[in-house]
Amino acid sequence: MGEEQKTPLQSSLRVQELIYGLKISEVMTKKVFAVSRNCTMRDVQQIMKNNGITGVPVVDSKRVVGFVSMNDLMNALEQGDMGDGVTSHMSGEVQTLAEEMPLSFAISAFNKFSFRSFPVVNKKNELAGILTFRNINLALIRELSRQLREMENQHSAVPETESMDLVKVYQLHRYDFENGGKASSEIKKFLKARGFHAKLVRRVAVASYELEINLVAHSIGGMLSFDINADRVKISSHDRGPGIADVEQALTEGYSTANEWIRSQGFGAGMGLPNVKRVSDEFAIQSAVGMGTMIRAVINLKPEKQNED
Amino acid sequence: MKISDIQSLDQFTCVQSEYADAEVSSGYTSDLLSDVMAHADEGSVLITIQAHKNTVAVSSLAGVVAIIICNNRPIADDVLEAAASEGIAIFQTAENQFQTSSLIAQHLAGCPAA
Repeated sequence: MGEEQKTPLQSSLRVQELIYGLKISEVMTKKVFAVSRNCTMRDVQQIMKNNGITGVPVVDSKRVVGFVSMNDLMNALEQGDMGDGVTSHMSGEVQTLAEEMPLSFAISAFNKFSFRSFPVVNKKNELAGILTFRNINLALIRELSRQLREMENQHSAVPETESMDLVKVYQLHRYDFENGGKASSEIKKFLKARGFHAKLVRRVAVASYELEINLVAHSIGGMLSFDINADRVKISSHDRGPGIADVEQALTEGYSTANEWIRSQGFGAGMGLPNVKRVSDEFAIQSAVGMGTMIRAVINLKPEKQNED
Repeated sequence: MKISDIQSLDQFTCVQSEYADAEVSSGYTSDLLSDVMAHADEGSVLITIQAHKNTVAVSSLAGVVAIIICNNRPIADDVLEAAASEGIAIFQTAENQFQTSSLIAQHLAGCPAA
């Protein structure tokens, strides 16, 4: 089986899974220093200095209308305009992040834009926090040490071969149709070997395969992870982009953005996501253009909790 | 009908014969793999012109036991290898999907033991 060989890969994937598993709201600084439109650049300077921060959002009744970075402040200082109102020096077009997004979306945003921090907004589009690289580093260190402690504690427990529990992560690459299906095939065999009903195994296989093919056909690359216990199979799909502009449309049967080549492979009929949703007991999708897509599908293994197919 | 019954028909050439001779309970005709994945029955024969490795992957996941490639479409070696390792039979035919479906349907109906 080459199980020993797989371990380091699986653990590095666990780190990646962390950035997919954490929400921005769990990582951001919640205590935000913001200014209103009628504040001056000197006010901003005071706030930055006293609190050791490098950027301050400008808000108008809790909505983010601008952002003053250290750079903006330096320019104002150089021009002797420190008495000016913030509106004449702030960047007006602010890229914000939503607090319920996975941390991976934020990392994409840091790569895409040159900003050093992002204002974070809640569902009502109100300022809820601020996210910097420092937040991300601290969160990762915190989570990793927590996981390490957990692993140490679990070490004493002898793993059973007949165990129902399985956590497995697969990496998928764009247009690698050759390997699309491998993960689903392994998971199907795992469940079949444990005696689950063919219909149930089929539902897991459908969800898993469609998500696998979606990653290969539509994303620039991503990962598919399985978290199985006696109660349910949880499949999570995460990618680094390009993101879905209209999620509602993507969930409509027949709608597809697939190119000719993908279609020639027998895909792109616009059935993928609708199929996943249909076979799942729980289904959630989150996507942001330029940042990525996250899909979670849960299939219950206990008969009383299952949906009728 | 069994897979070997397909093999015995003149219209079909068996190009991948490493299979356990399972019962074929129904058929499904489609070139869209997501459609096959969603609707093909366990124990069915897939009638298609889609001759690549993903066809085998989908068939395996959906429980399709045999694949018939229509219009004599060429089948690459890696497809046959994948099918052999999954134990899925592959047949090739000059007939199109409609003719093949009709033929298979007659044999499925004419075999009361199935």
